[in-house]
Amino acid sequence: MKRMGTITVWRDIGASPDRNGSTERRSVVIVGAGPVGLTLALALGRRGHDVLVLEKRTFIAAASKAICFSKRSLDIWDTLGVADTMVERGVIWNVGKVFWGARPTPIYQFDTAPIKDQRMPGFINLQQYHCEEILLHGLAALPNVELRWGHELTGVQRSEDQVSAEVATPGGQYHIEAEWLIACDGAKSPARELLGLPFDGRVFEDNFLIADVKFKEERPSERWFWFDPAFNPGQSALLHKQPDDVWRLDFQLGPGIDKQACVRPEAVEPLVRGLLGPDVEFQEEWYSVYNFQCRRMERFIHGRVIFAGDSAHLVSPFGARGCNGGVADADNLAWKLDLLLRGKASVALLETYNTEAIAIADENILNSTRSTDFITPKSQASRVLRDAVLQLAEQHAFARPFVNSGRLSTAVAFANSPLSTPDEDEWNGVPPGGAATDAPLGGGWLLQALAGQFGLLSDNFDAEIAGIKSVQLAKHTVHHGVLRKRYDLSDGAAYLFRPDQYVAARWRQPNREKVLAALHRAQARNSGGVKP
Amino acid sequence: MSKLVLDPNIVHADEVYQTLVDAYEGLDAGEREAFSARLILILANHIGNEQVIRAAIDVARGDDV
Repeated sequence: MKRMGTITVWRDIGASPDRNGSTERRSVVIVGAGPVGLTLALALGRRGHDVLVLEKRTFIAAASKAICFSKRSLDIWDTLGVADTMVERGVIWNVGKVFWGARPTPIYQFDTAPIKDQRMPGFINLQQYHCEEILLHGLAALPNVELRWGHELTGVQRSEDQVSAEVATPGGQYHIEAEWLIACDGAKSPARELLGLPFDGRVFEDNFLIADVKFKEERPSERWFWFDPAFNPGQSALLHKQPDDVWRLDFQLGPGIDKQACVRPEAVEPLVRGLLGPDVEFQEEWYSVYNFQCRRMERFIHGRVIFAGDSAHLVSPFGARGCNGGVADADNLAWKLDLLLRGKASVALLETYNTEAIAIADENILNSTRSTDFITPKSQASRVLRDAVLQLAEQHAFARPFVNSGRLSTAVAFANSPLSTPDEDEWNGVPPGGAATDAPLGGGWLLQALAGQFGLLSDNFDAEIAGIKSVQLAKHTVHHGVLRKRYDLSDGAAYLFRPDQYVAARWRQPNREKVLAALHRAQARNSGGVKP
Repeated sequence: MSKLVLDPNIVHADEVYQTLVDAYEGLDAGEREAFSARLILILANHIGNEQVIRAAIDVARGDDV
């Protein structure tokens, strides 16, 4: 495959034309055409907004990078019309197995999709370049979204009501005045650097080797994780299946190693053969050594510049919380920015992106840091407890919940969102601030019926409020046992969902006034500043 | 039960104490550490109450409770 510097090219797109010396006015400029920037472009573009995406590269990188996409990300992409293609292209998996030492059978296994009867699977594995291709294909249908390749952000100036961006192209420089600039420009975010904003956190010393290799062999579509395996003593290892006979092998190497030496084929091969068997015939797809960091910006909104994804927060890879966390950011931001751009909400709503996306990032950082500390114990006591857990887990069910090889990404609940209306009744089901769980509805699915809008789920109650999509069970002849149980729906009860499928409010006895008040609250309209 | 019991709670205290001492018999330093870790995990799960476990950690650490 072709290389650009040290990066291998999946698909060469070529530089978009120069715009030397020009100045243009745009509504939303997104910096970065990774999965987060492209998801946001799709979410805003489908809502009719003028979106310009700037990407400094002129190609899609071949490195598979992010490969595990959660059900929550698929639910989000389903509202954007691209989830089916992702699932068709990807490898579906739900089972994770944990091995310890030389034992041939797992000491523990888990199901990433314990709640069945949902449209989307628990997880798919898909190379990041396939994910990006599918998002780009979705964007191609939107004339209001423009992508420019080989256009690099080199300057940012913020003012009260706009942001000025300097952009460099292969042949020159030009200027954009935008209402909003969304920095989805990755861990080394040029936008963050240009604004001189801090990115504090913790660096982990352990090194890990990614060996993506290609081979033909029938193996189950499961996540296999090893603690202290015979083929990598004292360390950990991970095996994941990707499409096209590509497999992700990830080996812990420890601190203080020669990073150049350990990606050489002669160093990688014994590890690969140790994991897969001595006679396996394989080819290198992508070898890379990384050590990871947990960092977060203090705020994600800086005037008219908003950060999403890796530019705003970094986690360890255990639990697939990096890219999925970024997709959650894009989803949380899109509907709020949409209402703001249409004059239906104020910056008070946008400010809840800051609080909710930080809640997502903090939960992801907490979980991935705990996984990291279990996988790579940082003290003797931590190692002794970890090994005691592994030893007990082999025989005793009680110890298995302690085994932490990565807590896999799920939707983060917002316990204290200002957009939620607290319950006035006794409930099980999904509480305000929780993400909707899918369930069969009529011949289809609840999340599809909600369609990325404000939605009211009930038997036959309709608040008849403009901007709320009514989903009434009484209009379907089938019995909705699963859905009723999942939402603890009694006769006459109702749920109000936000456009991102989070529960805003619910009532045993709803009426129009209650629904209207909850809708206004979910749009942060009670803070004033916007015409009713 | 949601409060850590710090009053005498074992009828045959001498028996239980001796059982604990005997359990460590013949173990080297590493084995002792591993054994203690397993025992703590087993007992913590049996207790099952986060507040009680936290309170026990505080008492063991010598903090005022």
